[in-house]
Amino acid sequence: MKSRSLILFIALSLLAIGLFLSDLAWGSIHISLSEIISVFFGKGAEGINSEILLNFRLPKAITAVLAGASLSVAGLMMQTLFRNPLADPYILGVSSGASLGVALVMMAAAFLPVAFVSSGWALIAAAIIGASIVLVLVVGVSFKVNNAVSLLIVGIMFGTIASSFVSVLQNFSNPDAIKLFVMWTFGSLSAVTWNYMTVLLPVVLVGLGLAFYLQKKLDGLLLGENYARGLGISITKIRFLIVLATGLLAGGITAFTGPIAFVGVAIPHIARGVFRTSLHRILLPACVLLGASLLLVCDIISQIPTYTLPINTISALFGAPIIIWIILKRR
Amino acid sequence: MSILTTQNLSIGYSKKGKTDIIQSDLQLSLRAGELVCLIGPNGSGKSTLLRTLAGLQKPLAGKTKIDGDETAKLSQHEKALLIALVLTERVDIENATVYNIVSLGRHPHSSWWGNMSEEEDAFIHEVIAMVHLEHKAHSFLSELSDGERQRAMIAKALAQDTPIILLDEPTAHLDLPNRVEIMLLLHKLAHKTQKAILLSTHELDLALQAADRIWLISSEHGVECGVPEDLVFNGSFNRAFESRAYYFNAANGNFSMNYPMTKSVWVSGDKTRMYWTLRALARAGCMVEQNAAVHILVTEDGWQMNNEDISTIEELLNKLNDL
Repeated sequence: MKSRSLILFIALSLLAIGLFLSDLAWGSIHISLSEIISVFFGKGAEGINSEILLNFRLPKAITAVLAGASLSVAGLMMQTLFRNPLADPYILGVSSGASLGVALVMMAAAFLPVAFVSSGWALIAAAIIGASIVLVLVVGVSFKVNNAVSLLIVGIMFGTIASSFVSVLQNFSNPDAIKLFVMWTFGSLSAVTWNYMTVLLPVVLVGLGLAFYLQKKLDGLLLGENYARGLGISITKIRFLIVLATGLLAGGITAFTGPIAFVGVAIPHIARGVFRTSLHRILLPACVLLGASLLLVCDIISQIPTYTLPINTISALFGAPIIIWIILKRR
Repeated sequence: MSILTTQNLSIGYSKKGKTDIIQSDLQLSLRAGELVCLIGPNGSGKSTLLRTLAGLQKPLAGKTKIDGDETAKLSQHEKALLIALVLTERVDIENATVYNIVSLGRHPHSSWWGNMSEEEDAFIHEVIAMVHLEHKAHSFLSELSDGERQRAMIAKALAQDTPIILLDEPTAHLDLPNRVEIMLLLHKLAHKTQKAILLSTHELDLALQAADRIWLISSEHGVECGVPEDLVFNGSFNRAFESRAYYFNAANGNFSMNYPMTKSVWVSGDKTRMYWTLRALARAGCMVEQNAAVHILVTEDGWQMNNEDISTIEELLNKLNDL
């Protein structure tokens, strides 16, 4: 069993590295592998290709890796917390909460200090706060409602409420701000510049670190809350930490890339299917590698046409069939 | 030696300032190396008592103590080292093997990473062998029967290596062979491992046979504790399950239904066939009386009523109806 996981991990790591390099190489201008290597090792860093590679494709590819890993890990934690195979940050309204936060900052930008709005911190803070508020509400309700399906509906309702607020905001905003926001909702991996990366990377790393810190307790949580208590796990504490980690991961990513659907729900299932285990110490890294790979594939596909397709569309095209497959498999 | 004791314990629920006391002033004590069965009608507070003893629920008044320490003052982790639980909620974990589930019981003992040392691994296999699931150790939970699943949960509780195990209706949803096997297993475990095992059940006859001690709980009479046979002799069972529809039959340790008696018959004859004849007669509303007008003689291969030979119970009942 153990050697099988090890082989899979090595294969997946190689796949992710290969996809990462392909993502760097392909695009509207083809950059050969030898050129990529020479740019990275400081030799012949000449003109436009080096510029595209270092300041456009590299941060975009890194963002794809971070987004795929974060959303998958957040999805896995949500599925474990709610013991529901269809839970993910998107379905439970976390992304809608993040959208509301972003919409508030973007459309209220006129009233806020320019330096604050353009620093990157404002967007990420707004998205994380928005996402966390919705999650805290959902978790709060989960103390009262034990039925997972009802809880899911409550999450969707919170998401709808947040979306309605966004609509109301749009109604009162100027067309430029609305256009900016609509572009944000399409999802884009290329919005993250090196400047923003200094914000996004630490947030994601803290979130992932928290998820890995919780791995043993997440295993215990699979038994249900009463059994988990019996094993010495403090439910309120772990719920809070999961909400915090999910808020950082899903909220942070959504702030910079816009909502990216389906990755969060689909990847944990693929990870379980591939590794055939319930242990989070295997599923978490599996989600990181698989999520990163899926979004890299999506990014490569999205730039095949001459103009770039929104990443949200591509990920949904991959994710929706997987959800249907899950439902059919469960009958 | 008592390991778990309660002092003036009141259990129940309190919601929005309203308290609903289910049982009060309980002085109980659970001893190491004993299997105790908690029996009582629905709504008498079996699950509430178990949950309170397990620390999943706060007592309304009084305290529970483990080894002299008040349970409420112990941390969740300290409690997990003292009490292991088997609950009624169904555990369904995709891709989890029996080994995975049982090793979750090591949670309070293992390091952050949760990896198993060789001794831990050997211990888990030993515990799986105790519940006779060796051959299924690496089967997925979804492939197990209900009985095997319950045994896996018991193994998880054993893996937790606590002096106390509490089980909430471990035999519910199981067929008779599995119910008997689980009870025997728990009885053996209590004696072999010197653990204190408390379980709630509806299986009166099984509990009477397997339990070292019974806690009989009812809304009217509180909790009565004792060796099963003592409770039979002092009529506690009849009091706890008071009803007009049935009575506790001390002759066979079971409940018998109270049928409305309209006729009286006198029965005599063959002993082994007598038992079933009496059951059929009771169902038909016939009270058995010495020297009643109607006399049924149970013979070796049939019955005789008013000097008429009868070959089946059905025929006998029809004849009685015609009288």
